[in-house]
Amino acid sequence: MRRLFRKNNIGWLFVLISVIGVSIFYFYPMVDALLLSFQSGMGSNLDYTGLDNWARLFNDPTFISALTNTFTYLIIQVPMMIIFALIFSVLLNDPTLKFRGLFRTAIFLPAVTSLVAYSVIFKYMFSGNGIVNQFLMNLAIISEPINFLTDSFWAKIVIILAITWRWTGYNMIFYLSALQNIDNSIYEAARIDGASIFQQFTKITIPMLKPIILFTTITSTIGTLQLFDEVVNITGGGPGNATITISQYIYNLSFEYTPNFGYAATVSYVIVILVVILSAIQFKVAGDKE
Amino acid sequence: MKKFKRILTYVFLSVAAIISIYPFFWMVVSSTNASVDVTRGRQLPGTHLIENLTNLFDQVNIVTALSNSFIIAILSTFFTLLTASLAGYGFEMFRSKWKDRTFNLLLLSMMIPFASIMVPLYRLFGRITPTAPLIGIDSLTAAFLPTVTTAFFIFFFRQNTKMFAKDLIEAGRIDGLSELGIFFRIYMPTMKTTYAAAAIIAFMNSWNNFLWPLVILQSPSQQTMPLLISNLGSSYAPDFGMIMSAITISTIPTAVVFFVMQKHFVAGMMGSVKG
Repeated sequence: MRRLFRKNNIGWLFVLISVIGVSIFYFYPMVDALLLSFQSGMGSNLDYTGLDNWARLFNDPTFISALTNTFTYLIIQVPMMIIFALIFSVLLNDPTLKFRGLFRTAIFLPAVTSLVAYSVIFKYMFSGNGIVNQFLMNLAIISEPINFLTDSFWAKIVIILAITWRWTGYNMIFYLSALQNIDNSIYEAARIDGASIFQQFTKITIPMLKPIILFTTITSTIGTLQLFDEVVNITGGGPGNATITISQYIYNLSFEYTPNFGYAATVSYVIVILVVILSAIQFKVAGDKE
Repeated sequence: MKKFKRILTYVFLSVAAIISIYPFFWMVVSSTNASVDVTRGRQLPGTHLIENLTNLFDQVNIVTALSNSFIIAILSTFFTLLTASLAGYGFEMFRSKWKDRTFNLLLLSMMIPFASIMVPLYRLFGRITPTAPLIGIDSLTAAFLPTVTTAFFIFFFRQNTKMFAKDLIEAGRIDGLSELGIFFRIYMPTMKTTYAAAAIIAFMNSWNNFLWPLVILQSPSQQTMPLLISNLGSSYAPDFGMIMSAITISTIPTAVVFFVMQKHFVAGMMGSVKG
């Protein structure tokens, strides 16, 4: 008995709780969701209905809105945020710049707020008589308030601005710490060879930061595919379903409308499939040379 | 030309900094103003802070929400750190083929979006509620239990364990300590900064968590701060001063953690990329 628990076997004791925990709270639900996706019914009265749920996806206008919205956020917001974060980090990496610490802290600060808290603040700032409309009218940029939250175009813009505000500084910190590992002599050599600042950025900085850019792109993509807190608290998914996301639709299907766990599970598998496909594409695109 | 570029950089960064800070400024200023003044766009501190706080404590169950949030965040952080560090240490110090395979399998769970397992988790807790209401639906335990064992923190501790001196383990064995004794008496004290960094991330995640508590906590007495603020934010006749003071209160703990432990904070973020 004693021998059994020696060395390597005792190692299993250390990892046991975590293995059980992840199995119960991640792997089992994934299996359950897959089985659920072939069932239909109200609440817990479920029957196997084959591929009905999966077929329903293609004719469900709300699902299609949720999917389109999520991709709109993804395609506009993630690149915009990463470009801003890169620019900030390059500017702030210059040791001759004054107030670097101050700028860095200020730009990072949004990352400490809770998603719900900043969402409610943004909702009020962008409301019809909110501070943003007042500001734009005082500057005479607009003559009438914009219906930021009730217009389907502007509501999407507000969601995109909000997420960008919250996460740009967060991503910037990753790039800043990666930039500190780049040897300054590379830039000096480039300058001697007559490379412009833009060339230095595209030919040295970007390639050197490639792994970390890949990492932040993948985490941002997964994050955007799961977008929930902001949309629920800023627009509630409206007007109509103009800003609804896949996560919010899953929530509504399970807990807001008449509960349909089977179909909700089907929609949730779409997110899983998207995460896997998009991560694979990003790895392929970024890792082509290694 | 060079000077012009410099000025442009400062202007650009200043605008970015102002946009980043302004919502905080507005949040704090508004919590000291009456609701009417907030709607009128008042940008100066007012004299209504006490009144807003009084309204908040009278009309909303903020004390309950705060204590629920603290209980959940503290327990979640404690158990996360304990289980994840045990596992990270176990996977790194007692390496074997099958343990490496298990570890890789656990890492896969990082790709699982929470929204896709929320319904099965709800059903799981629903099934145990009749026999064990203390860990079932609407219990504070259920609000943090699924967040305790996460691959991210196991990975984080494993990465940091790579830097732990193995000689210390041998020394402990010679001193006659058990394997668990080595972990608790030698590993834990030497890895203080790693624990601090993980604690910050775990606490913030739990403090700010919205979707799972929204699903699992249903009665008002079980509300957490994000749930309370979300409710206030969707009210039809909002008292802006009061709501802003609630948001300010909910932001204080994370802001304090950030400013006091800025170094550990960044270390915690970077821990997810290393290696």
